[in-house]
Amino acid sequence: MTTLPNLLQQSYREVPDKTSVILQHAGQPDKPLTYRDLIRGANRYALTYAREGIQPGEVVILILQHGEDLVYSFWGAILHGAIPSIMPFLTEKLAPEKYRADLASLISITKPTTIVTYPEFEAEVRGALVAGDSVRHVILTDQIEAETEPNFESLQGFKSTPEDIVVLQHSSGTTGLQKGVALSHRAVLNQMDAYGKAIRLGPASDVIVSWLPLYHDMGFIACFIMPILLRIPLVKMSPFDWVRAPYRLLQSVSQYKGTLTWLPNFAYNFCAHKIRGRNLEGVDLSSWRAVINCSEPVHVESHDLFYEKFSAYGLRKSALQTCYAMAENVFAVTQSPLDGIPVLDEIDRETFMTKRLATPPKPGQPTIKMTSSGRPLPNVKIRVVDESLNDLPERAVGEIAVQSDCMLTEYFNRPDATEAAIKNLPAQGGVPMLGTFPAAEDGSGSVSANSWYLTGDYGYISNGELYVSGRKKDLIIVGGKNVYPQDLEALASEVPGVHKGRTVAFGMYDEEEGTEEVVIIAEADSTDPSKMEAIADAIRKHVTKSSAIALRHVKVVDDKWIIKTSSGKTARSANKEKFLKELGAS
Amino acid sequence: MSTETINALAKFIAEKILKQPNKVIAADEALISSGLIDSFSLMDLALFVEDTFGVRIEDTELNADTFDNLDQLAALISSRK
Repeated sequence: MTTLPNLLQQSYREVPDKTSVILQHAGQPDKPLTYRDLIRGANRYALTYAREGIQPGEVVILILQHGEDLVYSFWGAILHGAIPSIMPFLTEKLAPEKYRADLASLISITKPTTIVTYPEFEAEVRGALVAGDSVRHVILTDQIEAETEPNFESLQGFKSTPEDIVVLQHSSGTTGLQKGVALSHRAVLNQMDAYGKAIRLGPASDVIVSWLPLYHDMGFIACFIMPILLRIPLVKMSPFDWVRAPYRLLQSVSQYKGTLTWLPNFAYNFCAHKIRGRNLEGVDLSSWRAVINCSEPVHVESHDLFYEKFSAYGLRKSALQTCYAMAENVFAVTQSPLDGIPVLDEIDRETFMTKRLATPPKPGQPTIKMTSSGRPLPNVKIRVVDESLNDLPERAVGEIAVQSDCMLTEYFNRPDATEAAIKNLPAQGGVPMLGTFPAAEDGSGSVSANSWYLTGDYGYISNGELYVSGRKKDLIIVGGKNVYPQDLEALASEVPGVHKGRTVAFGMYDEEEGTEEVVIIAEADSTDPSKMEAIADAIRKHVTKSSAIALRHVKVVDDKWIIKTSSGKTARSANKEKFLKELGAS
Repeated sequence: MSTETINALAKFIAEKILKQPNKVIAADEALISSGLIDSFSLMDLALFVEDTFGVRIEDTELNADTFDNLDQLAALISSRK
């Protein structure tokens, strides 16, 4: 088995002039980088890390925006054998003090020795550091070594073994930043191999177009690491440019004959609703062979909207595909076969809600349309278990468990979280299981034959396909971004006038937007309507500035409204039900 | 004219973007730098301005340097009419 630095070196030798990444910035000409450019740029950072005395295996946090420095500093860390992790950049929406607190919380668990950022941002980063913490170097982008011919023999990353941790992925918020998913070279390469087969990736014909940020697995793995390692040209725009001008994605697909794109569900609605015809003149989407819906629950209505809007520009219906993925499996777990459209399973609503079974529709009764997430990758096995970890039959809803040769090594410096998520499950007898991949018995890879990752997602299996129906862990997914409700509840509790600990946050699906919207209910002292409105306003401001999440509904209530239970999870679902009832009645 | 423009913008932002129809937005209140208007909603504002006033705001201009409050946005609209 090889390692990531070895693949870079091969590309440098074999295809130096091939275009690897085309960086797009609104209002500027596109910037193509060949493999020679990419690896020479990365080498400048590797030399800088060496100059600073950074040791292989140390964690380097990258706080940079879309652009060349982010690309070079990341691959430079790989060449040096350090472990890079990309942190979101501060935006207008987030209060700087909250950003510093998040950074400090990441530092306290992940213990990086190094942070890379811009000179303009140095003060912000230093503001998060405290005496005695792990950070010894703040490297600025204007202090990078000059470009030279890479000397691969002297680069430390070539001493890495396939089992070494190569990258860390975090999700957002206080809770997410404290759980870095540690992935080995072996896991990343096994995922590339299996996923490449599932989507029939071809270096000669495919072009990936992406606006996704790199601090999330979909953008990071499918639209950054995979294309660069497998020599698939990548056209990459900034998420900030895309959100202001979603048509740029379609123009880029047309211009570069893009074949593959990954999008969270909301993006289908966003593109369908907000792009005007004048921005689509001459756009040809016929090269797009797969637009893969991933990282949020898939809604078939979103695919329909997208198809209606863009079929006139050559979009094929068969391009609309689905995938189920998670950072803990590097990325994809399942993928819809690209030669048809994802299977739709219409089920009886009542049986699903009350008995947790996906059964055929009954005449005249309400139904739910479930979209298949596809079949497991060739290296993945899936089973569905109940609360006591017993296997469930086909069409019974339970927690999805995953086993593969590309699982996480651990949550970095969090043995407690690792232990809670990876469980030994007995071998199956006669129950449905997807996938045939044999677990490594010899200890190669990170998991033993009985170890399964419990995903915290609910779903069911039918006819070899996986349907994901909800979440066990309390997580709100807003615009593709994972948010822990407990983080939002804690923030709302900080607002003056709110009873500490008497707040509830949950997500509510919005059909128009194609994603969840956040609702917060908070108990307050006052029953004076104008004071309650002022508190609601203060909650909105504080939570948004502290989490970068916009709130849809904030409801301030008296001390009798909130249903209290012993667990946050049940409190959230009970209060959500009450809230929806009131909303429907009004 | 400017008051009318400001009122129309304030109404749109309160009702359609913030979904708080009773919210009063002061003409000098920061909209973008304060995070009040989410980046996902900047497009909606630009489309509303185009449809209502016939003035186009380019996507590269959708940031606090171009306008950050209702006064500035109204001035931008009247300068382009």
